[in-house]
Amino acid sequence: MKFTVDWLKNHLDTKFNNNQIIDKLTNIGLEVESFESSTSELDTFIVAKIINAKTHPNADRLKLCDVDIGGDKTIEVVCGAPNAKNGLLTVYAPPGSIIPKNQMKLSVSKIRGVTSYGMLCSESELQLSNESDGIIELKDNKYANKIGEKYFKNTSEKVIDLSITPNRPDCLGVRGIARDLSAAGVGKLKINKKSNLKYKGNQNINVTIKKEKAQGCTIFGSCLIKGVTNIESPKWLKDKILSLGQKPISAIVDITNYVMFDLNRPLHAYNADKIDNEIIVRSSSKGESFEALDNKKYILENDMCVISDRSGVLGLGGIIGGTRSGTEYSTKNILLESAYFLPRSIRKTSKQLNIDTDAKFRFERGIDPLSIEEGLIKASELIKQICGGEISNLDVKKIENYKKTIINFDPFLFEKTTGFNVENKELIKILEKLGFNVSKNKKILKLVVPSWRPDITQSIDIVEEVVRIKGYEHINTSEPVKTRLKPTLNYYQKLFHFLQRSVASKGYLETVTWSFTDSKINQLFKENDEEIPIVNPISSDLNVLRNSIFPNLIFYLKKNLDRGFKDISLFEIGPAFKGKNPGDQLTVIGAVRAGKVSRLSWNDKERIVDTFDVKKDVIQSLCEAGIDKDDIVIDDKAPSYYHPGKSGGVHQNKNEKKALAYFGEIHPNIIKKLDIKTEGLVIFEICLDYIKESKQKIKDSKSEYKFSDFQKSERDFAFIINKNFKSQELVDIIKSVDNKLIKSVRVFDVFEGENIPEGKKSIAVNVTIQPEEKTLNENDLDNINKLIISTVESKSGAKIRS
Amino acid sequence: MSDIKKIKDYYIDKLNTENNIEKVNNIKSELFGKNGIISNEFKKLGSISVEERKKLASDLNNIKDELQNKISIKIQEIETKEINLKLEKEKIDVTLPERNIEIGKIHPVSQVIDEISSIFSEIGFSVEEGPDVENEYNNFTALNTPDNHPARDMHDTFYLDNNKELLLRTHTSPVQVRTMLKGKPPFKIIAPGRTYRSDSDQTHAPMFHQVEGLHIDKNINMGHLKGCLNYFIKEFFEVDKIKMRFRPSHFPFTEPSAEVDIGYEIKNGKIVIGEGNKWLEILGCGMVHPNVLKNVKVNPSKYQGYAFGIGIDRLGMLKYGINDLRAFFETDYRWLSHFGFDPLDVPSNYRGLSR
Repeated sequence: MKFTVDWLKNHLDTKFNNNQIIDKLTNIGLEVESFESSTSELDTFIVAKIINAKTHPNADRLKLCDVDIGGDKTIEVVCGAPNAKNGLLTVYAPPGSIIPKNQMKLSVSKIRGVTSYGMLCSESELQLSNESDGIIELKDNKYANKIGEKYFKNTSEKVIDLSITPNRPDCLGVRGIARDLSAAGVGKLKINKKSNLKYKGNQNINVTIKKEKAQGCTIFGSCLIKGVTNIESPKWLKDKILSLGQKPISAIVDITNYVMFDLNRPLHAYNADKIDNEIIVRSSSKGESFEALDNKKYILENDMCVISDRSGVLGLGGIIGGTRSGTEYSTKNILLESAYFLPRSIRKTSKQLNIDTDAKFRFERGIDPLSIEEGLIKASELIKQICGGEISNLDVKKIENYKKTIINFDPFLFEKTTGFNVENKELIKILEKLGFNVSKNKKILKLVVPSWRPDITQSIDIVEEVVRIKGYEHINTSEPVKTRLKPTLNYYQKLFHFLQRSVASKGYLETVTWSFTDSKINQLFKENDEEIPIVNPISSDLNVLRNSIFPNLIFYLKKNLDRGFKDISLFEIGPAFKGKNPGDQLTVIGAVRAGKVSRLSWNDKERIVDTFDVKKDVIQSLCEAGIDKDDIVIDDKAPSYYHPGKSGGVHQNKNEKKALAYFGEIHPNIIKKLDIKTEGLVIFEICLDYIKESKQKIKDSKSEYKFSDFQKSERDFAFIINKNFKSQELVDIIKSVDNKLIKSVRVFDVFEGENIPEGKKSIAVNVTIQPEEKTLNENDLDNINKLIISTVESKSGAKIRS
Repeated sequence: MSDIKKIKDYYIDKLNTENNIEKVNNIKSELFGKNGIISNEFKKLGSISVEERKKLASDLNNIKDELQNKISIKIQEIETKEINLKLEKEKIDVTLPERNIEIGKIHPVSQVIDEISSIFSEIGFSVEEGPDVENEYNNFTALNTPDNHPARDMHDTFYLDNNKELLLRTHTSPVQVRTMLKGKPPFKIIAPGRTYRSDSDQTHAPMFHQVEGLHIDKNINMGHLKGCLNYFIKEFFEVDKIKMRFRPSHFPFTEPSAEVDIGYEIKNGKIVIGEGNKWLEILGCGMVHPNVLKNVKVNPSKYQGYAFGIGIDRLGMLKYGINDLRAFFETDYRWLSHFGFDPLDVPSNYRGLSR
């Protein structure tokens, strides 16, 4: 909402200066976005000095000038003026300027093979005089220290731009703003002059508001103005329209606009001679169409509120008029409309047709239904004053009467909500200045809400009115109460933070990527999940919710590889979407590692990252987050985007069917499809939702500390076993021989090939035997060794290597 | 006597010039071995007269001690020499690089969320969450923003179906609704998380982060709201004093509503928070609207309280001098390394919010 202080003062008697008014507006909730002169097309013209004028290499009559345009900037301009000479002060127009004389927009151009950046202007080009023989010569004494400054002073009044919240339609008019300021003590609201307008004759175009279920209009007021001469608006009116940031059109249109911004009362003027017999306000039928004042043809749906005549639709009520009955300079007789349209109907129609107008913006928020006559009178007066003509009696048709909103307000609610007290007297004064009618009934105030405040319906609205006018600075600052109702984080929230920092500490950079992704990449990772398209995506490559954490990670990994980085570790913790309903999402950590380990190391052998790097990262992170490593079971099943032979799943224990994490190499097809250029790419993921909370808190789960002083012994075994036999199973078999004695089993060598039969492999393990009750003698140890060998051989089909 | 004296002198001389540990050991066994010279001399003692024996034994013992002493000194001397020589040979260039260090980082958004959670935890708030996909009711209607309300235009919404029933939450406020529907008052929660709006330019990203706050109890008023946010802002920016301005505004789900500005100035091209005469809007808040309380089955005549919504990314940008919002989500390795935080740098009250 834009207006000038002058305009405000038409409604407000105030001694406050501009800055005080600006501060007050913000303090009462009418946020000032800016307070500056409206920009002018003349702003670009600046004072400049020719430093050096030399002859154009390809044209004797042109000059090539180095021009100082201030701010230590010098540019080159080609100039045809005979008086262009070194040291001349003149007016420079940069590219983009519009030359007043011919309305031409300047651009950077080549003149006879030399590029000219803008031009130097003559008085005639700036419409200052008819002098066109040379460029302007500015006097040294006045302009020498003004190089780079605007040549034309912007004399237009400063414009206040308010950001009006959607609950305040009344402040979409200057009078409403003045009323708010007066309530806040910034002067007095001026009383509207009584109109002494003389009416002549009746409004003889019959108006009918059809009683229909979907009727969007409840009041239609109008008057006929006959014998007008539509002209260009006078300067004062043009200035007002310009200060709104709009273009003046004609007196009649400008007047209706002016009244809309002055009183927040939209109006519409029809060329009365173009109306076919009568006005019918009705709901549209699907397929009806009309050409609107924005020169677009609209095809209507059912139940849109239209103003029509016998020939069809004239316009969309409260939104936009039609060209058929639009006013022009030649228009002689006009019908002026001042109506009330229902916000819901306006909003629905404008959404369906995608139209946004100032009138729509206001009706949608709620216009004062009691301002019908006021608007007609104010506009008629101005039309008569500027365009002449005779005004008919006002005709107001209604299908519904306005019902007052009454609120019984207990002033105690004010203190209860805001924490501070305002005397009843002051409270009543504020409300009365805002237009409330206040009467007292014991402690309760009976408030009649002004008709221009559709936003006020209940007591809390009254609290807000009083506290914002009184000023938020009166609210106390109470020390925060530290009472805690429950622990800050629950188990999964803690897990989130633990795992996040745990993974980062393994050398991964955390990133945050969009929750949406490119369906083409998502396709590669979505497994059996349903695709979740966004109806209105921001772009076609962010068109679905990500089913997996990986599509964006891989996409950005590739971007970084393309930037020339080779060894990259990235992770993200965030949602993966499994369906389109609320809650169909999992919290997942996804991590990617590309490149080599120990690249360019002077002492370690460099190697490509592999599955066991990420296996370590995932297992260690899980252990750090509190999962018992001894319970973890690994299998070789992983989603299809993993390399089928080099990936695995992690289960919290042997009873958990669902893997809580996966790790491994990414499928080579994906690397190929996405054209990822790297030596190696391994990934892991952890699904936090699949981690089961331990039943015991750590304070209850620490077992008694026990250790043994008896001699421990270590033995190595090597088995020849089927190639596909899993080492984890072998370890389990060995442990099962004597869970008490066998403390650990470590695989320290695996190989195939030489001396090993086809289809077999050799696994070497180191077994630690630690007795707790007595020292074992050679015989005991021999027995255990034999038992280990026989158990492994019988359970796995392995053979001990001799 | 003279014999053994000769022997002694001979071997002392020999030991003095000897530098080989093996040869010293040979001398040792030559003298003291089973058939060593000194050992043999001792054996002879049995065959001589008592008087002579006494004298000779004493001399022999002295010589034995002297030689043994000499030998052990010599061995130590040679060993020390050898170790020194070995150490000299083993010297390495310790300025050569260590094995590769892999430094991981925490994203600024995560760090700021942890900072925020730590601050609110201190004053008794717990953390709640809600889904990113919401239904129209929780995101708008329950929050007193019916379909025909122009306030909906303030949120450019991503929809998942043509009926506009399912959407990506445009703010974290639906977590208020979920929290209150599933529990009983009092409520004292914050809810950080991802939020989405379909606009995208230099200062807007289609996804960003908010933290919602909600405190509902019997007597919570605007003074508590002011106090809570005042505390938070001071703690967050780690300054003693902060210029803060509460200004009336409008949100459908709070009434009265406010926006909060903090004072700032530009010093040497950098933004300084808390001073100066410029204002920067950082959050929206207000008293929870009675209509919202009714919608979530909380009796507004018994309970009242405040809610607020803060832009997390914006706060992080201000605190850590990050200029470009879009860069938060572009996963540039250089940017992540530069603005990321060490994983051990966990914001907490006792260790300090940030280093």
